[in-house]
Amino acid sequence: MFNAALEGLEIVLEINHLIFMFAGILMGLVVGIFPGLGGLVGLSLLLPFVYGMNETQALAMMVGMVAVIPTSDTFTSVLMGIPGSNASQATVLDGYPLSKQGQASRALSAAFFASMFGGLLGALVLTVFLVCARGVILSFGTPELFMLSLLGLSMVGVISGNNIFKGLVSCGLGMLVASMGSAPATAEERMTFSSLYLFDGIPLVVVGLGIFALPEIIDLLKSSTTIAQASRLGGNWLQGIKDAIKYRWLCFKCAGVGAIIGAIPGLGGSVVDWIAYGFAMQSAKDKSQFGKGDIRGVLGPESANNAKEGGALIPTLLFGIPGSGNMAIFLGGLILIGLEPGPAMAKDDLDISYAIIWSLALANLIGAGLCLLISKPVSQITRVPYPILAPLMIMVITFAAFQSTRDFGDLAALLIIGLLAYFMKQYHWSRPAFLIGFVLAEQTETYLYQAIQFYEWSFLTRPGVWVIFVLILFSTIIGYRYLKREKGNARASAFELPVGPELIFGGIILLFSTIFLINSFELTFTASIFPIGVSLMNLILLAVIFYQIFKRVPVLKVSGSFDWFPASAKDPGFRYYFTWWLGYYGLILLLGFFPATALFVTAFLWREAKVRWKTLTGIVLGTAFFLWILATFLKIEFPQSLIF
Amino acid sequence: MRRQTTLLLSVLWLIAGSSCNTDQVGDNSRIEWIIPYKEGGGSDIWARFLAPFLGQYLPEQPTVLVRNVPGGGSLKGVNWFYQQAPNDGSVIGHTSGSTAMNYLLGDSKVAYRYDDMKLIFATPTGGVLYISPKLGVSNYQELDLLKGQKLFYGSQGATSLDIVPILAFYLLDLDIKPVFGMKGRGSGRLSFERGEANVDYQTTSAYLKRVVPLIEEGLAVPIMSWGSLDEEGNVIRDPTVPDLPHFLEVLAWAKGPEILETQEVKIWKSLFIAGFACQKLALLPPGTPDSIVHSWQEATRGLMKDPKFIDNAPKVLGGYMPIVGDKGEKLIKEALQIKPEYRQWLTDWLYDTYQAKVQ
Repeated sequence: MFNAALEGLEIVLEINHLIFMFAGILMGLVVGIFPGLGGLVGLSLLLPFVYGMNETQALAMMVGMVAVIPTSDTFTSVLMGIPGSNASQATVLDGYPLSKQGQASRALSAAFFASMFGGLLGALVLTVFLVCARGVILSFGTPELFMLSLLGLSMVGVISGNNIFKGLVSCGLGMLVASMGSAPATAEERMTFSSLYLFDGIPLVVVGLGIFALPEIIDLLKSSTTIAQASRLGGNWLQGIKDAIKYRWLCFKCAGVGAIIGAIPGLGGSVVDWIAYGFAMQSAKDKSQFGKGDIRGVLGPESANNAKEGGALIPTLLFGIPGSGNMAIFLGGLILIGLEPGPAMAKDDLDISYAIIWSLALANLIGAGLCLLISKPVSQITRVPYPILAPLMIMVITFAAFQSTRDFGDLAALLIIGLLAYFMKQYHWSRPAFLIGFVLAEQTETYLYQAIQFYEWSFLTRPGVWVIFVLILFSTIIGYRYLKREKGNARASAFELPVGPELIFGGIILLFSTIFLINSFELTFTASIFPIGVSLMNLILLAVIFYQIFKRVPVLKVSGSFDWFPASAKDPGFRYYFTWWLGYYGLILLLGFFPATALFVTAFLWREAKVRWKTLTGIVLGTAFFLWILATFLKIEFPQSLIF
Repeated sequence: MRRQTTLLLSVLWLIAGSSCNTDQVGDNSRIEWIIPYKEGGGSDIWARFLAPFLGQYLPEQPTVLVRNVPGGGSLKGVNWFYQQAPNDGSVIGHTSGSTAMNYLLGDSKVAYRYDDMKLIFATPTGGVLYISPKLGVSNYQELDLLKGQKLFYGSQGATSLDIVPILAFYLLDLDIKPVFGMKGRGSGRLSFERGEANVDYQTTSAYLKRVVPLIEEGLAVPIMSWGSLDEEGNVIRDPTVPDLPHFLEVLAWAKGPEILETQEVKIWKSLFIAGFACQKLALLPPGTPDSIVHSWQEATRGLMKDPKFIDNAPKVLGGYMPIVGDKGEKLIKEALQIKPEYRQWLTDWLYDTYQAKVQ
């Protein structure tokens, strides 16, 4: 093993190898920064070149790219509140508030430092466990995977804010939305309304963008300032590194969690950041700043999502089963260059495995360094007046969402989820809880079903199940204690508000759950039991919430208002900006993406931002150039007109 | 001034934009290959491997670009291809085993028919069934010992490509319980390695690389292959695993050769051809002129002699060469022209056994 490790190092340090790796890193940086592109687009762009290259060069390039994506996708998550990829959704929760406080470069450097640390730890885990990981991975059967999904769901307790009932309904709603499409066991259609788009379910990327980005953009437009609301950009990048060092144990623990979850095939890479976030929150004494700009909320998920890629390499290399979305493409690349992953990777091909591991470590180091270097200038973007930034961000989100299946359904889903999320934000229905439910629904359902099929109910007697059960218990207790304390705080700050609008919103969720319930009765038992259970749970919890709303239980702490209509002359309200957005999508349907974007950006800058024509020309030309590059060099597809 | 510039800009961009939109089709130097699956999947890798070779052997050597159009399994992409793709040779298509299963089972979302699409070539694959050594069976002649034991098979779903193994179990009277919801054959194998499933099959290339090491360690016992097709369309032993009997051999041994003439076995053979022996197809849209079909087929014959292709093909195609021309055409048409009563039997059987409805 030691010899193989050295041989691997020798391969990595060859100048040829380094050059190709660097090319991969640069490419990873570029596609990672744009939300919605990420590993899938990047690696599929690389594939045509990979074929025909020699084995180690191709590997160097692919690993370089895979390693930096979870680092560079942090930029938009922190600076704009747009999740850069599925792996950095949780980073938005605290990273973005930090940007708003003018501490963007601190948040970024903390994130990059944590990413680098996580990546290195992931590589270390790989080095040590590659030879013996097989047995460990095989000991996780379907019962354990089911329990791990429950453990993830138990994070809802701490994450859902001050009303556990609303948090649970949000989570349940996320699960129902995830259950739309073909049922995992029987492939029956659930709530698809015979639409091909819904048959595959709504993609996570679209849900993530809708949940976070759309409400933030509209809220910021209403206040029409800059992202950084402090007059001066405080908190420099050194501060971020100091933060990372100060919370080194947190980074260490979260990276460990990330590597382990990444290594267990079948759990999926997108849960990692949420579990790390919940974990960071649970282990903190003072939780009051989470969600408002606690640096620990950035450090946790960021150290975990880079470590995850290291962990995810284990099942990819040993079993040929991708541990994450990026790994699925990576696996494809391996096959194209003639490396068939399998048990041999831990035996005869061990030197190649180590070359991959060392490349991963080195690429993480270089990637994080490059990101740190550009973080200071890039964070100036938070000082640009928001009405100028907004149309460009709307455009970016639109093509990011469209990349997931290249169907107009993506845009429709983005709008509907975004609308839902906007009101969830107003009335404090936890959006992270919704996402956790969405991400874990399918696994929970599938593994429970499979565990019962394989073991019947005796699966509950397995020791692994009990170990995880104790962890779930811990997690629930911490969540419960946190809630109790929050309840006390909320009582003091409760205030009276009209309850009508929130009742309507709750009513819509009630209606959706009921329709899902009725729809499920037409399906076979296997396909229907899960949505029936979740809908019923939602209905019961909603009854409690309605009771609370009527009784004006102080714990509600509703701070938002129902602002569908213009609030004042200065703030034209949600409906106004949502109409702009709708109009843009109408134009896309009519004219196609390019012309529609031209019209939309121009009109918006002119009417809303009221910029001078020179600036306007500059921005529009710049945007056109940017889109042209995407279309020509990255071969990105844009929505085309339905008519022409 | 401001107003005019703005207007001018918008108009300029409108023009630029529409030209950008149009140059994606109708350009002779670029040919699009519609792959109805996501990037990184089996079909995607397959196409990305073949595309540069095809381009090289076509007249004027165009660039063949893979374009992924996933959705509804493979239905969205294939429906589009069948109904809307231009038939001038500038767009080619692809279907895989699961596309054929949707068609054979009469899925209502299917808008395509196989009999008027033009076949360029087909590439086969094979499959090998193996079981856990704990079951105490060392070859196909001892399969009777399985009776009375708890047998699990990790499956993707009864209406997927897994219908081929599941129907095979049924024909052999083996009471193997499929556990559905696996994400792919890889998950099925993982489930086998964990000891949850004790019966599994893998495609031959995955079998050679990932199951043979298990057999050497005594962790798996190979039983049979699904077989392969000869020139006349008879099922023969799979050339990549010649020591293993194929399914029909085993079935004839267990139940007598008469069984091979029954309706159920004919249905199995249709499913086997559509799902394995001619699994991945490269197609041209209905109405494509024969001359264009011919030049594509010539390009395929050309690439099959390319030493670089021959060197690299086994990695992606798993040791099988593409089937070009009339032979493949005839096999596929026969397999996919399923008699209405066969289809009825199949949907009834799926519903009675697994409550699986074809929608």
